[in-house]
Amino acid sequence: MTKCLILSMEEWAEKKNKKKIVVEKINLKIGEFTCVEPISLINTFNAAVLGSWLDSSEITIETIPFEGKCSKCNRLYFPKKENGYKSPCCNFNLEEIISGRELKIASIDFKEK
Amino acid sequence: MHLPISDKIELNILHQNSHQAEKNKIKFNNYNLLCLNIMSSPGAGKTRLLEITLEDLSKKFHSAVLEGDMTTNLDAARLEKLNIPVVPITTGRACHLDANMVSGGLKLLEKKINPNLLDILLVENVGNLVCPAEFEIGEHFKVALLSITEGEDKPLKYPIMFREADLILITKVDLLPHLNFDINELKSNIASTNPKADVIEISSITKSGFDLWQDWISKKILKFKNN
Repeated sequence: MTKCLILSMEEWAEKKNKKKIVVEKINLKIGEFTCVEPISLINTFNAAVLGSWLDSSEITIETIPFEGKCSKCNRLYFPKKENGYKSPCCNFNLEEIISGRELKIASIDFKEK
Repeated sequence: MHLPISDKIELNILHQNSHQAEKNKIKFNNYNLLCLNIMSSPGAGKTRLLEITLEDLSKKFHSAVLEGDMTTNLDAARLEKLNIPVVPITTGRACHLDANMVSGGLKLLEKKINPNLLDILLVENVGNLVCPAEFEIGEHFKVALLSITEGEDKPLKYPIMFREADLILITKVDLLPHLNFDINELKSNIASTNPKADVIEISSITKSGFDLWQDWISKKILKFKNN
């Protein structure tokens, strides 16, 4: 995932002329229902970019809650592992996921040299 | 130095992989070749499943395998004995196949056989219940294996893998009489995580369930070919 993030940043920077910019912050939106542990992503990113053009950049992560929709009564709810992800209102299985699968670079804060 | 600028790009971190996966899928479609991504934890029985499956399947359909493995070609060597085209993909330290690796594997397969002559490509992913679930490879269907020795709770502990799967094979069911294992609880946990998945109980020892699994594959191939 860290490699994918760095490749995405490289791709973005190519369009901006990498040598003329300094990236200050990479603002991510990471859903709770993904395979990404935010602190691990930050740590591995920081280790991977040491000495590179992204060395001085900081990662911020906005966690997007895992939210489902009850297929019986249409109420939104926050699925919990302890409850088998079922809706608390009708005890229905998790069918529709409203949010929580996000793996996004929301924005990049940078300065021109 | 100028004032900071905020570029709001809203870009999927995995977009490069998704883009390559889309290209792989277009290739599979042009070859009229159905691709299944076979995933599980290590030791759930993926390779043995393929050995038994391909013995029968290759009599009806032209089949090939891309065999993902971190460090060895041991699984690929087992499958090559079935006289079907097998391409090993050694991922090194990577714990999953990504779309680029599968694209490379497909290029090697093209050197072995004209993929237009094939009906199905089975991709055995690296044994791991986490990362393979997030990385599309261009497959048409995802198949997840879960052996009963892993415990009833795994669909809840690794929900993304089981949420993403189109078919879940519960393997090693021949061991049921010897274990304190509640298969109904497992099925309930699967349904909680992914109510839309097909579920088949299977044993590579007794061969129970293989008729249903072969039937599932055959129907998918025929439907794909007719579309």
